[in-house]
Amino acid sequence: MIDIQYFLILSAVLFSIGVIGVLVRRNAIVIFMCIELMLNSVNLSLITFSSFFSNYYGQIFVFFIMTVAAAEAAVGLAIIISIYRNKESINVDEINILKW
Amino acid sequence: MDLSLISILFVILAVISIFSALMLITRKNPVTSALYLILNFFTVSGIYLLLKAQFIAIIQVMVYMGAIMVLFLFVIMLLNLRDEKNLTESFSFKKLTSVLLSITFFVLIGTTFYFGFSNINPSRQGVEEKTVEIGKATFLGEKLFTEFAMPVLIAGILLLVAIIGAVVLAKKKFDPVSPDKE
Repeated sequence: MIDIQYFLILSAVLFSIGVIGVLVRRNAIVIFMCIELMLNSVNLSLITFSSFFSNYYGQIFVFFIMTVAAAEAAVGLAIIISIYRNKESINVDEINILKW
Repeated sequence: MDLSLISILFVILAVISIFSALMLITRKNPVTSALYLILNFFTVSGIYLLLKAQFIAIIQVMVYMGAIMVLFLFVIMLLNLRDEKNLTESFSFKKLTSVLLSITFFVLIGTTFYFGFSNINPSRQGVEEKTVEIGKATFLGEKLFTEFAMPVLIAGILLLVAIIGAVVLAKKKFDPVSPDKE
């Protein structure tokens, strides 16, 4: 069996790539996809711990994270659609109507 | 040998998932990014299977790849986006700093994970069968509807609120008094 560290390192790599994507990209939909990537990498850590310690709480938690991710995707994409309808763009640099 | 097969599978899946994550953040067309994200979800679901979490792996395929990514692709299709500029064309000091900070963050959590768990070796004897048992849908379903019945109800309410919120946000504003006010 593979050691627990390799799964955790993979999860850390995926999370960091997601962070880079959120900070570097300017397209709101791609930023959203990077957030999904980060949520997924956290799920991977939880499943790893759950599997290696035979504790089912991790898997239950992943189930609820997926519920929240689905709700978040629906609401976030609705917000993106309504922003696009007003501004004709989803570049996050141009969306500054809440900026002081 | 069974163990080496698992290791080879893990390495292949890990390499594909890191590659697809990198492609996700570097492609300028959002549709390509979405397809690479689907590939990434698929490989991560394979890793869940290696970790003996069958139920979560299937849920991952159905909910993430089946529902959420279809939603993403529909929105990309509706919006008629222009391609983003290439990452190298729009290079700036801010982005370089972001990447360096993210790599620092990775080194931080990576070393924590590597050295923090290096001497934790859960005894695999007897644990193995229990791990297989708790990954099954029957076990998780029983726990969800007995021990976690209240959180399941709250998750249902959350989904209902999210659906209503999404409809309200995405609905076209209709002003019956002055339809051409805009």
